[in-house]
Amino acid sequence: MIPEIGHLALIIALCLALVQATIPMIGAARGNAVWCAAARPLALGQLTFVVLAFWCLTHAFVTNDFSVLYVADHSNSQLPLQYRIAGVWGGHEGSLLLWVTMLCGWTAAVALFSRNLPQEMAARVLAVMGLISVGFLSFMLFTSDPFDRLIPGAVEGQDLNPLLQDPGLVIHPPMLYMGYVGFSVAFAFAIAALISGRLDATWARWSRPWTVAAWSVLTCGIALGSWWSYYELGWGGWWFWDPVENASFMPWLVGTALIHSLAVTEKRGGFKNWTVLLAIFAFSLSLLGTFLVRSGVLTSVHAFATDPRRGIFILVFLAVVIGSSLTLYAWRAPKVGLGGRFSLLSRESLLLTNNVLLVAAAGSVLLGTLYPLLLDALKLGKISVGPPYFNSVFIPLMVPAVFLMGVGPYARWKKAELPDLAKRLKWALVSGIVAAAVLPFLMGTWKPLVALGMLLAVWVVVAGGMGLVARLKATPGGFFGLPRSYLGMQIAHAGVAVAIVGITMVTTYQEERDVRMGVGETAEVGGYTFRFDGVHGVQGPNYQSSMGDVTVLKDGLAQRVLHPEKRVYTVQTNPMTEAAIQSNGIRDLYVSLGEPLGGGAWSVRIYFKPFVSWIWGGAAIMALGGLTTLADPRYRLVLGRRFRPRPVRRKGAEEPAR
Amino acid sequence: MKARGLVPLIVFAVMVGFLFVGLKLDPREVPSPLIDKPAPAFSLPRLDAPDAKLSPADLRGQVWLFNVWASWCVSCRQEHPLLVEFSRTHEVPIYGLNYKDDVGAATDWLTRWGNPYTASVVDADGRVGIDYGVYGVPETYLIDKQGTIRYKQIGPLTPAVIETKILPMVRELNG
Amino acid sequence: MRGPSRPVSAPRAGMILALTALLALAAPALAKEAASLAQEPALEARMMAMATELRCLVCQNQTLADSHADLAKDLREEIREMMKKGMTDDEIRAYLVDRYGDFVLYRPPWKTTTALLWAGPALLVVVGGVVLAASLRRRRREPLEDDAPLTDEERDRLQRILEEEGKVPPP
Repeated sequence: MIPEIGHLALIIALCLALVQATIPMIGAARGNAVWCAAARPLALGQLTFVVLAFWCLTHAFVTNDFSVLYVADHSNSQLPLQYRIAGVWGGHEGSLLLWVTMLCGWTAAVALFSRNLPQEMAARVLAVMGLISVGFLSFMLFTSDPFDRLIPGAVEGQDLNPLLQDPGLVIHPPMLYMGYVGFSVAFAFAIAALISGRLDATWARWSRPWTVAAWSVLTCGIALGSWWSYYELGWGGWWFWDPVENASFMPWLVGTALIHSLAVTEKRGGFKNWTVLLAIFAFSLSLLGTFLVRSGVLTSVHAFATDPRRGIFILVFLAVVIGSSLTLYAWRAPKVGLGGRFSLLSRESLLLTNNVLLVAAAGSVLLGTLYPLLLDALKLGKISVGPPYFNSVFIPLMVPAVFLMGVGPYARWKKAELPDLAKRLKWALVSGIVAAAVLPFLMGTWKPLVALGMLLAVWVVVAGGMGLVARLKATPGGFFGLPRSYLGMQIAHAGVAVAIVGITMVTTYQEERDVRMGVGETAEVGGYTFRFDGVHGVQGPNYQSSMGDVTVLKDGLAQRVLHPEKRVYTVQTNPMTEAAIQSNGIRDLYVSLGEPLGGGAWSVRIYFKPFVSWIWGGAAIMALGGLTTLADPRYRLVLGRRFRPRPVRRKGAEEPAR
Repeated sequence: MKARGLVPLIVFAVMVGFLFVGLKLDPREVPSPLIDKPAPAFSLPRLDAPDAKLSPADLRGQVWLFNVWASWCVSCRQEHPLLVEFSRTHEVPIYGLNYKDDVGAATDWLTRWGNPYTASVVDADGRVGIDYGVYGVPETYLIDKQGTIRYKQIGPLTPAVIETKILPMVRELNG
Repeated sequence: MRGPSRPVSAPRAGMILALTALLALAAPALAKEAASLAQEPALEARMMAMATELRCLVCQNQTLADSHADLAKDLREEIREMMKKGMTDDEIRAYLVDRYGDFVLYRPPWKTTTALLWAGPALLVVVGGVVLAASLRRRRREPLEDDAPLTDEERDRLQRILEEEGKVPPP
């Protein structure tokens, strides 16, 4: 019964979405206030029904209703509760429901916090978001219904893939989707602006907080995904440039460019065309990502099970949505004004150079991801494009971008003086060079990649720090008097520096040993001694585990015992490795069990990974920077306080009430 | 000004075109670079007579099929009846490459399900398989009179493939 | 006559104790060092370095180094043997490409068909830079509406606002 309610809820949500996509848009065009105002209740109604559907599916999982095909495929009665709930989004159909729920969530948020927007603008934005909802809800109802019944119902489920039975599943997809889908708001604002012709600095000010919010959440989502594959997959890798990873990274890169471009448009009213185009690109890449992951067009460890019918549906949807947005852009954008003038060296031009680099990077990732498909389609052979390509191409693009990160905040708007910049930045450059020359030796040998990483990281931190100090001196009220968007920028840039340190350090100085360990035998890795103390059996809730005891010693003193496991799950019997990781903030010790070799000995893989947690720490700091920016009072306009123009005071009059 | 605005749309349309075509392709299929190249040489013991050796040179002058199979391979079970039936038409001799298998298990398997092979050779460690670019079992090669590989079937043979690809090529190569 | 249950004399017991103590202290030094799984660590390192840039053909996008598939293990063994035979890295890669095609390389080779792939990123930056520079130059040449001078009415309004804000003394 409950699954049928869920199914019905989706149908109702689709109907509401259809109305939401059309009536407010027509209302805005005709100046019909009632029709415009209909957008808000429709959005909230849609959210209600989608959440109801989500609850129904969760209920089916929690109560082990194996008469629902999706539940039977992805769950099991012995699956622990948290994974039964997270399993809702463990497969294709359920993850789509999560997508739509996030979309409705963002739509409702826009509906609630847009009281200050001119009504037609809000109506158009909500209508565009409704249109996207229509697409995804129809996709679900026509090709990927999570509520399809299995008749007769299964006695027991196929169990959730053991790789997904992990806290990572509980948090990574929701964050990732929240971010991905959040770019739809910027997209909707861009489309609304193009339709109405109101493409000005105010539009940028409205768009920016939504974009920053989506970007911050996406940063967390990507970082969580990276961390999850690091500890889950057993070989200590944290980024593989896999098509699905790229599918989330490309919107992030364009989103970063968009945030910076919005800054230019907001402050100086310039480059509106470009900003609008970026907003369209960012969301288009989210949609493209959805297609790539679910259509079977590319091979990936993370891809969902595929069906050509689904691929065609999404592709048509993609073509229609993006095609019409780009057509709208081609038609309307040139009519929009040029904005403020600025010189060849100015904060605007530096921000735009940053944009060129970031968009080129996103374009390169897209090129690399789709190139094998391109050649295959043209019958020019079959190639693979993997990490060696992406690394060789991405790093040279990012190095100048990170360098500019230090310069940008110092450059004046409209016109910056090179001698002035050089004077203020020389200490940052010197510190960077000194760090590059000296710091690698702390880890042992000097290596160019680490030196480069240190140079960039210290450059960014010192340049940013000096700028912060200078601004503090000039601001009454000290730290709390600083604009939060400025603080956010400083924090986010520092996060990038931290991540760079992590990436270069772990790539260069990690150590790995594959050893055959009998009981009592030791191995030396990274200055630590690891002693194998045998393996014992442990019964888990739905698996049988061989748990190893590995004692870590430093200078002869036992520090802790690590417990890597080899698990065999009851239903899907492929063996799974659970690595044991011990992190102290500046290095990770990573131990993973291989195979039993007879006589109580096992093959064990031991890693020493210095600074690897700084990668995700840096990402977390970046996200924190984004969230700090959101707290800026000038964006509180967005949160519903009515924006009233200050009345012009006449001579001698009393101060009017605000 | 207006034309420049169309650039993103045009680039996008091209990309969508490729994605449409991509939906029909299999990204995991590895086409063989050995087509129109000489069949790699080997000298392997026969399954039925371990002391006797067989090599492609022995088969010069005839068109033949080289089928990679194993008793542990589930998809081979699928194509096997087809192979047995096809061998009975005597259109083209079929030789087998028993890939990474146990001789006893392989012999039993053939006894049980039928033997379409004129002879099968044993590739116990899979080296010859690697030479032939085998990555998944079953795979089938069509080799001509000069010992050149002319066609490779990845995955099980189907009646359609035999009708439309193999038979016409066999007839053409036989003259 | 000596019997098996003869009690141990004190000096002997002391010696046994001392020896045990010494052995206990020496135990960590005597703990066996685990052997590398590989027969020849240097060769193994070279093989794995190459294998991280090669593709496992039967996996869903994994390197030959990381894969546990049978074919991957066979290929790694094959590479080890080729290295022992003295083949160079390029020769080994050519061997694999001859049999499996370019698909097996994660680093796409330089060919006419991959020219766009390798040149693409640089092209994107150059095109982006050119477009940026061109549009900046275009801005400088075109006069902007914002630059039009204030009308008299606007000038009066500005004067009034500035006076009221106290930023400009009244005339």
